[in-house]
Amino acid sequence: MVDRALDPAVVLERRQLAQTWETPRTVVGWLSSVDHKEIGKRYLVTAFVFLLLGGVEALILRLQLARPNEAVLSPEAYDQIFTLHGVTMIFLYALPVLSGFSNYLWPLLLGSRDMAFPRLNAFSYWTFLGAGVFIYASVFMGQAPNAGWFDYVPLAGREHDPGLNIDVYALGIVFLGVSTTVGAINFVVTLLRTRAPGMSINRMPILVWGTITASVANLFAVPALTAACLLLWLDRQFGMHFYDIAGGGQPLLWQHLFWFFGHPWVYALVLPAMGIVSDALPTFCRRPLVGYTAVALATVATMVIGFGVWVHHMFAVGMPPLAMSFFGAASMVIAIPSAVSVFAWIATIWTGRPVWTTAFLYFAGFILLFVIGGVSGFMTAAVPLDWQLTDTYFVVAHLHYVLLGINVFPVIGGLYYWFPKMTGRLMDERLGKWSFWTAFIGFNVAFFPMHVAGLMGMPRRIYTYPAGMGWGGPNLITSVGSFVFAAGVLLTVWNVIRSRTRGAPAGANPWDAPTLEWSVASPPPAYNFARLPIVASRHPLWEDRLGEGTGRSVLDSDIRLTEGRETLATTPLDAEADAILRMPGDTPIPLLLGLALTVLFFALLWKGWWLAGAALVVSALLTAAWLRPSRRAPREESARG
Amino acid sequence: MADLSLDRPLPVAPSGYRSSGWWGLATVIATEAALFVFLIFAYAYLGSQSATPWPPGGAPALRLAGPNTVVLLASSLAAWWGQKGIERGRRGQLVLGLAIALVLGAVFAGVQGLEWAAKPHGPSDSAYLSLYFTITGVHLAHVAVGLAVLLALLVWAALGEFTAARHEHVGVGLLYWHFVDAVWLVVFTTFYLTPRMGIF
Ligand code: HEM
Ligand SMILES: [Cu+2]
Repeated sequence: MVDRALDPAVVLERRQLAQTWETPRTVVGWLSSVDHKEIGKRYLVTAFVFLLLGGVEALILRLQLARPNEAVLSPEAYDQIFTLHGVTMIFLYALPVLSGFSNYLWPLLLGSRDMAFPRLNAFSYWTFLGAGVFIYASVFMGQAPNAGWFDYVPLAGREHDPGLNIDVYALGIVFLGVSTTVGAINFVVTLLRTRAPGMSINRMPILVWGTITASVANLFAVPALTAACLLLWLDRQFGMHFYDIAGGGQPLLWQHLFWFFGHPWVYALVLPAMGIVSDALPTFCRRPLVGYTAVALATVATMVIGFGVWVHHMFAVGMPPLAMSFFGAASMVIAIPSAVSVFAWIATIWTGRPVWTTAFLYFAGFILLFVIGGVSGFMTAAVPLDWQLTDTYFVVAHLHYVLLGINVFPVIGGLYYWFPKMTGRLMDERLGKWSFWTAFIGFNVAFFPMHVAGLMGMPRRIYTYPAGMGWGGPNLITSVGSFVFAAGVLLTVWNVIRSRTRGAPAGANPWDAPTLEWSVASPPPAYNFARLPIVASRHPLWEDRLGEGTGRSVLDSDIRLTEGRETLATTPLDAEADAILRMPGDTPIPLLLGLALTVLFFALLWKGWWLAGAALVVSALLTAAWLRPSRRAPREESARG
Repeated sequence: MADLSLDRPLPVAPSGYRSSGWWGLATVIATEAALFVFLIFAYAYLGSQSATPWPPGGAPALRLAGPNTVVLLASSLAAWWGQKGIERGRRGQLVLGLAIALVLGAVFAGVQGLEWAAKPHGPSDSAYLSLYFTITGVHLAHVAVGLAVLLALLVWAALGEFTAARHEHVGVGLLYWHFVDAVWLVVFTTFYLTPRMGIF
């Protein structure tokens, strides 16, 4: 690229753009920002805080389970901490952290200046934070949720659990669902509307495929959990009868609704993470991903099949054999698209020239863990085996291999990969390698023996166990391994903190990566692209090397769009320019609306109906202020500068 | 190639104009529709597992719900007529259409309240009544949101915010109102018609 940064006309143009797009460096400015990069970073930091909280909880659990008849925790405390750990990891860490990456990266990957709905983006962050605070407030009331992250009735019913614990769960999950849903809507519309000219769907990075698939799935899966929690809350607060047999209800209704959500959701937790690997791994192999189309299709196929297999979480509840065979088989079919991705990654490494950076190590480690987790998943999908293994530690081992393996390892790898883009500085490689090996070894030491404990019959969700069962050995190893793993994660956290100020300057493209986000400065300017790019291939920055596609991407085009916050809208499939979008400026309304909803949910928890009503009215007024029509009429203009 | 089409002037529009807002609402509708699907699933599931006749006491009477359905559909129609007006620049027609829609919607909610009051038992009396009050209640909550949308549109229309060239909010807002009506048809069919058709 020719550096035109010295041309006075260009300098002026950029200064003007910066003025339009930058958020004032004041508290109000900070609270009002709708910049997707800012929001993405907030998501990442918040989700990491929750990862650490969930990790501390996990370590406390492991202290309790390290030896037989241990009494670090009372049974009640165990229940709360174990539930909080699951809820935190699943709802407050695993998905939000991926939203963080996607929010930060999408417009940069797609060659746009912002998401389709910047204010909605800010709102989804504030509601996520509000829901997190809501759930964690229960800890200070001593009433944290205590029936597991799956929250099965009748255990979670009022007779067995009369405190506020489960109400916190039910309301908190509904609240969080608001955040997830509006986030998903934003991704869907962003994908349809704001890709750079030429960014047709067969040129989108796999991370985009993963996030869009997860988002569409969320639109259909999250309402199942919302419905389940709403009915639970009504049962508990108003004595309704959805789940109790006595009044004509059915406990299994909870399980169906919960797992109809739960199973697709686990794919929402992994597909964007798999996308991180599919996009970042090839950079370190110095070649494009093998089988791009197959991997993109596999992503979508996984989700489609994923909607049909929820019953495999319920094999033990007693069902007709035909239903069980069907759902068992369907569960195994899902291994096919997963295998497609695995083979694509292996082939990419095999035929490439891997550079052994920390990020690469995390991705390579991920592939191994994914395979182990996949095999144990295959085992539990076989009905007779599942009958043996269900509700044992084997399942806990499987679940951690997939969740940590497919979510945490790619996320940390992605952090090492994109940190230079976000901060302008590289992370320390030596510390990074230490963190990887500590985490990787600690992880396997911690979780592999859980398979053994499970096969030896150790049930899951128990707060202690008697001596002489033979479970003491594997449990002690597991506990030691957990602490080693935690140390590995802490090394990464330390690395982040240190490198933010002391890392080596990164430059625009330190990894020599092929995708659009690396074509702009690190960190990117508030407006992302001074001139909007026109894309001609899947790897705009590697075109000279690959000779791919017919034309050449234009990264410094003459599309300027400098009249206020503007970006280009393109058509959904072929990404042809079709309008100039005027984007909204910064505003505190999303924050205020998030606050109003937080008040609403606390009011519902404490049955302050008047306060709840007031919060609703305030929310409605804020929404009206948000959506007030613009007086500007559409006009016609050329996008060229 | 994409860059060719850039040579013609493009419409410059406030964010959300044309498809963004419409697509946004379409996705909201998709997810809200899914919520109702799961609620209706709960009805079907509990009905199918019920040991006693379903619905208990036979199908509910159509005396109020039947005409009320017509009222709600009429409200959609009035709103649609108003929208046609603003497309031709007739602001008065929009205001009138929205006002009629708002009144009819409010009547629907009121009648629904009467129907609730007429039930001899409350939602905590049986699984069936829990379902009835919850599902119609969730629908009523959607009606309330829809009425708020109609009200906002009405105020903005009266203040002259919409013109023939600038009325995207009307189309998007009314799409939501039509959705609320469509959902009622599903709820109505589930509770009032399927028992008469011998399903459950
Ligand atoms: C240091 C890392 C971790 C350790 C030592 C750990 C340990 C544990 C322990 C001891 C339990 C309780 C099992 C039982 O009593 O049956 C548990 C449950 C759970 N963990 Fe973790 N965990 C870790 C990280 C994670 C992560 C990163 C996730 C998700 C992304 C996660 C998700 C879950 C879930 C969902 C449950 C509930 C399991 C169930 O359904 O029975 N954990 N974990
Ligand atoms: Cu599953």
